[in-house]
Amino acid sequence: MGTVVVDVMLKSEILDPQGQAVAGALPRLGFNQFTDVRQGKRFELTVQGEVTDEVLAAARSAAETMLSNPVIEDVVGVRAESNDAGSQVAEPLA
Amino acid sequence: MKIGVVTFPGSLDDHDAHRAVRVAGGDPVSLWHGDDSLREVDAVVLPGGFSYGDYLRAGAIARFAPVMTTLIPAARGGLPVLGICNGFQILCESHLLPGAMIQNDHRTFICRDQRLRVENATTAWTSDFTQGDEITIVLKNQDGQYVADTRTLDEIEGEGRVAFRYLIDGPDTSDSVRYDRFAGRNPNGSYRDIAGVTNERGNVVGLMPHPEHAIEKGYGPSLDGLKFFTSVLKSVVSS
Repeated sequence: MGTVVVDVMLKSEILDPQGQAVAGALPRLGFNQFTDVRQGKRFELTVQGEVTDEVLAAARSAAETMLSNPVIEDVVGVRAESNDAGSQVAEPLA
Repeated sequence: MKIGVVTFPGSLDDHDAHRAVRVAGGDPVSLWHGDDSLREVDAVVLPGGFSYGDYLRAGAIARFAPVMTTLIPAARGGLPVLGICNGFQILCESHLLPGAMIQNDHRTFICRDQRLRVENATTAWTSDFTQGDEITIVLKNQDGQYVADTRTLDEIEGEGRVAFRYLIDGPDTSDSVRYDRFAGRNPNGSYRDIAGVTNERGNVVGLMPHPEHAIEKGYGPSLDGLKFFTSVLKSVVSS
């Protein structure tokens, strides 16, 4: 099984209420060094078999049509992730 | 005159929308999110509430429901469509209307009687108003902050496509207003105080507040909501 990771962020000019809530709470825990927080979304799309170029292309298409709203969000990453290595990022297997 | 009301999984205000259509003199017709038939209605209301849990983004999954595959091209062809609250979010996600809705800037749910100014009285859903009318209807939402990039905002302002704007109460006008946490600001952080917008043609209108809750004496803050529904009945007759 392969996995494609899609990352989506609100565009910089759109206010991020969730990020602001987190930013407001961090100093209460003593984290005073962070001047801003913006929160995004991470999707993990699993496929049978390897993550081919076709799979990546389909993931990009899904990211642009449904996983993000281009009016307010940017797709900031679409990448294959190797299954056995957890968070290790792998090159797409062509 | 048949006005369809779509029920999505999570819709709350479809029954009130039915009632508003009937009180205005139309025949409400139930439409189902999972059915791509519009049952030959003359106009459609996408009601408030929720849809598909509003997972991902409010209205994002509803936008791909079977009924929307028929409704979107029909709306582009001129069918009058009104989106209220969650329905407005669905119309934005469908790109039938510009902009998008995100969480209220104060991050809390809001439920109040809300004053609005009618900015465009030429649409299918606002022709019984006069431009500049001040109305009071119900506002209740979590994700009601209307946002768009500056270019889009300038464009819709220039084309007269802002249909409704929130009226801002000053901080010191009366005791009731002085203690209002929204004195001096709009109730959800919407850019340029925009409460509702229309498409270029004027057949598709979306707004966050709820006209269907202000149509009968004894219920709601006014009868101002009724004019949305009487407007569309006239526009259907004249087309």
